[in-house]
Amino acid sequence: MSANLSNKSLRTPLAEVRGLGSAKYGTEHWWHQRLSAIALIPLTVWFVFGVIRHLGADHAAFTAWLQSPFSALMMVLTIGVTFHHAVGGLQVVIEDYVHNEWAKLAAIIAVKFLGFALAAAGIIAVLKISFGA
Amino acid sequence: MANGSGRPLSPHLQIYKFEWTMALSITHRITGVGLAVGTLLLTWWLVAAAAGPDAFARAQKFIGSGIGLLLMFGWTWALFYHLANGIRHLVWDAGYSFELKNAEKGAYIVAGASLGLTILAWIVGLAVW
Repeated sequence: MSANLSNKSLRTPLAEVRGLGSAKYGTEHWWHQRLSAIALIPLTVWFVFGVIRHLGADHAAFTAWLQSPFSALMMVLTIGVTFHHAVGGLQVVIEDYVHNEWAKLAAIIAVKFLGFALAAAGIIAVLKISFGA
Repeated sequence: MANGSGRPLSPHLQIYKFEWTMALSITHRITGVGLAVGTLLLTWWLVAAAAGPDAFARAQKFIGSGIGLLLMFGWTWALFYHLANGIRHLVWDAGYSFELKNAEKGAYIVAGASLGLTILAWIVGLAVW
């Protein structure tokens, strides 16, 4: 990252900065938020209907729902895309409001770790139900 | 407010006249953070179902309690708001509807749709419960 811009360098200023700009991955985060947003439109509609149909459901009815392969697939996708979208969004919020570099880094790491852990827990739970535990 | 660099800063919030589109913008962010917090309940719900009938009954009991229903109502609205306003953002991303008149029309549609869908979902939800 740290380009040597002192006079001692024999490299030209252009050579020092070439390849360091945002042209390579600058839009990656933005694109992932849009991609996951588009995916979440149908997934959210499915999720809302699923939740409404299982309000107050007993354990047998709920697990029967997630034992259907389609429901399990949709729930795993919903969990994965939701956490991807949520962690990406929270990262931007943290970057906007937390200006202390260490606090910002700590908050982003905490959000990413927690997001991955919760997503994994949710997916494992769905798979356990789906494979009939 | 100085940024230490000596360079001029762009005008900040207090400079601008309040517009309702601003309120929708910050609400999108607030609902997003709120929904992220809601994933804790979603994870609990699913993990409890995987753990067994007793754990699942406890989670269902919490969701059906007064505080649980209040949280669920808030998350229902937040979800529909974020969904509707997210689609509004995708329209902008596609390069459409930037005129002030359309931005305000979109704001009304999002506010109305989020409230309407929330009420509809709860009518259906309470009917099937």
